[in-house]
Amino acid sequence: MNFDLNEEQQLLQESVQKFVQNDYDFESRRKLVSSDRGYSEAHWQTFAELGWLGVPFAEADGGFGGGPIETMLLMQEMGKALVVEPYLATVVLFGGCLRRGGSPEQRERLLGGIVAGELQGALGFTEPQSRFNLLDVATQASAANGGYVLNGLKGVVLNGANADQLIVSARTSGDTRDPEGISLFLVDANAPGVERRGYPTVDGQRAAEVRLNNVRVSNQDLVGELDGGASLLQAVIDEGILAVGAEAVGCMEKLVHTTVEYSKTRKQFDQPIGQFQALQHRMVDMFIAQEQAKSMMYLAAMRMAEAAPDAEKVVAAFKVQVGNSARLVGQEAVQLHGGMGQTDELDVGHYFKRLTVIQHQFGDVDHHLGRFGAL
Amino acid sequence: MDLRFSDAEIAFRDEVRTFLRTKFPADIKHKQDHRIPLTKDDQVRWQKILYEQGWVAPNWPEEYGGPGWTATQRFIFTEELSRANAPAVVPFGLNMVGPVIYNFGNEAQKERFLPDILQSNVWWCQGYSEPGAGSDLAGLKTTAVRDGDHYVVNGQKTWTSTAHNADWIFCLVRTDPKAPKKQQGISFLLIDMNTPGIEVRPIITLNGEHHVNDTFFTDVRVPVENLIGEENKGWTYAKVLLTHERTGIARVGQSKQQLHLLKALAGEQLQNGRPLIEDPIFKRKIDAVEIDLMALEMTDLRVLSSVATGGAPGPESSILKIRGSEVQQAISELQMEVFGYYSAPYVPETHRTDYSGDFVGPELASTTTPNYFGLRPATVYGGSNEIQKNIISKAVFGL
Repeated sequence: MNFDLNEEQQLLQESVQKFVQNDYDFESRRKLVSSDRGYSEAHWQTFAELGWLGVPFAEADGGFGGGPIETMLLMQEMGKALVVEPYLATVVLFGGCLRRGGSPEQRERLLGGIVAGELQGALGFTEPQSRFNLLDVATQASAANGGYVLNGLKGVVLNGANADQLIVSARTSGDTRDPEGISLFLVDANAPGVERRGYPTVDGQRAAEVRLNNVRVSNQDLVGELDGGASLLQAVIDEGILAVGAEAVGCMEKLVHTTVEYSKTRKQFDQPIGQFQALQHRMVDMFIAQEQAKSMMYLAAMRMAEAAPDAEKVVAAFKVQVGNSARLVGQEAVQLHGGMGQTDELDVGHYFKRLTVIQHQFGDVDHHLGRFGAL
Repeated sequence: MDLRFSDAEIAFRDEVRTFLRTKFPADIKHKQDHRIPLTKDDQVRWQKILYEQGWVAPNWPEEYGGPGWTATQRFIFTEELSRANAPAVVPFGLNMVGPVIYNFGNEAQKERFLPDILQSNVWWCQGYSEPGAGSDLAGLKTTAVRDGDHYVVNGQKTWTSTAHNADWIFCLVRTDPKAPKKQQGISFLLIDMNTPGIEVRPIITLNGEHHVNDTFFTDVRVPVENLIGEENKGWTYAKVLLTHERTGIARVGQSKQQLHLLKALAGEQLQNGRPLIEDPIFKRKIDAVEIDLMALEMTDLRVLSSVATGGAPGPESSILKIRGSEVQQAISELQMEVFGYYSAPYVPETHRTDYSGDFVGPELASTTTPNYFGLRPATVYGGSNEIQKNIISKAVFGL
């Protein structure tokens, strides 16, 4: 048993820390959020140069050969600065599907582009009626002339409007919500019949509704097994949970620190408000929530890294913990900042917004508590 | 980063399991499984078995009789003890005064006291709290006045666990009432409970048991050789003791065992003709506390691991106290909920070892609510959870 990082992991962590400290102040981020694409292509190139975009991919695929621990470290540090570049969408979700299920030809064709920072991807796995059930897929893929024709609507697709390539879940057999019969397909984002409506999300990120109208794909565009996409999708979503959970831990660390420091400078009744025990104990509750989420983050990352039999159950537990902790820390940080906490000017509210989105992303507390109990 | 046990650690775990299977007395296990309180004799017999094995004091340095285990081995040992439902050692000698004596006592004190603590020949109790000194422990008023080669002790200690069974008490006493800070005038004294002038009166707690006492001192003469370290430095030693008290305070092993029991009970009791555990609302409460326990265990391992690499258990160990006690209480409350109406009957005589008649309702029902009551002090003792929050606020936040 040990909690130590190896040398490569330490270097990775330090490189992200250095980047967010030097190049990611809150006012520059604000400009990026309101820019056309919603993120910085220059930063994305920096990510490529620093090797971050290759972190989870095998060395044979041009990657860094990292695993869950490396993704965790990277996302935790990015969380501290509310990084908006679409690492989750392109590398973790889209790249994760290819890494786990992609054919040698698909990996050869696409992973190099991701690692080099030349390709943006997105994963469309949810639909208006599906809520958090990955199996609730109404989008149809009908076999036709050595390929498939896709019809349906994929909702709230992260990075959907900026993506060059999409992977979508679609039903190749079975009824809506059947575990069997789901397949994943690569779709060129600019193919005829792909209709995208991009929009911002409340946390300063970007997503899109992606409508598929008779979109033709070939047999070679199938990612993973025909009718067997559900387990691939679940595995990738679990990696997404680790990623956003680690990001949330980073956000919480920043918020707890900021709140404590604020309580030392803000004076009321002729003393810093941090001297009031009522507030001290609430900040301690925030700190405990942060540390319990961090503990579960380590557990989830290590269980995933060793491919433990209970990894899925631990990931569900982690998401429950993250949901509970993120809600408490976010809401309390805003409350303890009083009127200032309600403003757009202060960064506190923006961390709160990101934590609020993460609470629901890939399933909320109720969903994962149910999943935990069923596993 | 890796949580897996090494082959050597797995071999050690198997060794502990074999030991527990062959050496843990069946009659004590029966009492533990049926929540029958252990007698002093039961406890001493079990601790002597651990002593013979060399495992009674996992936290002690090897030179004083500890087994020289790593942090992971200690974790495995505690985990396996709980898994077997074996009782933990009574902490007052082995986990509290023992470390104070080997850290701050002189050679004569070490020779005189440590072997009997290890062999459970001498039973200790703790004289800290007073009627006017609870969370504000340094406000204690029991005095020790030097008279030749003795201290004369006067005052009252309270919440003294097992004082009625104890041979010795370790006490915080005020030796300098004029010290500029109240923490500076306190000394650490070891007192023989047979000394004239000591009176022990029972306090019955919510669970109906006699575990704690009021202990009165009237002109009790204590030889000066029973002073630990220097006069008026007792507060420093006491703080070290509190830190030791907090390691292991997460009670992860016990809570795992109790969670296991909770699931078993909820699987036996019926609701609408089906096991209660199939009720999705009740099941969710169990699952939520199980996740809390997982997070607690990982935080415990993080603290253990930082201690293993040279650190002392820092203010983070206050998290273990807070969350550990909350989880214990939550599980005990759900166990009570399982029994519905049968959480009310109180018939302690049915839980004596010699009882052979019928139980009122399910066998464990009538001990489950007293157990819930009995765990309410978990958030009070060892530094109340509110005090723990003050500690974190001061030590982590600098407030």
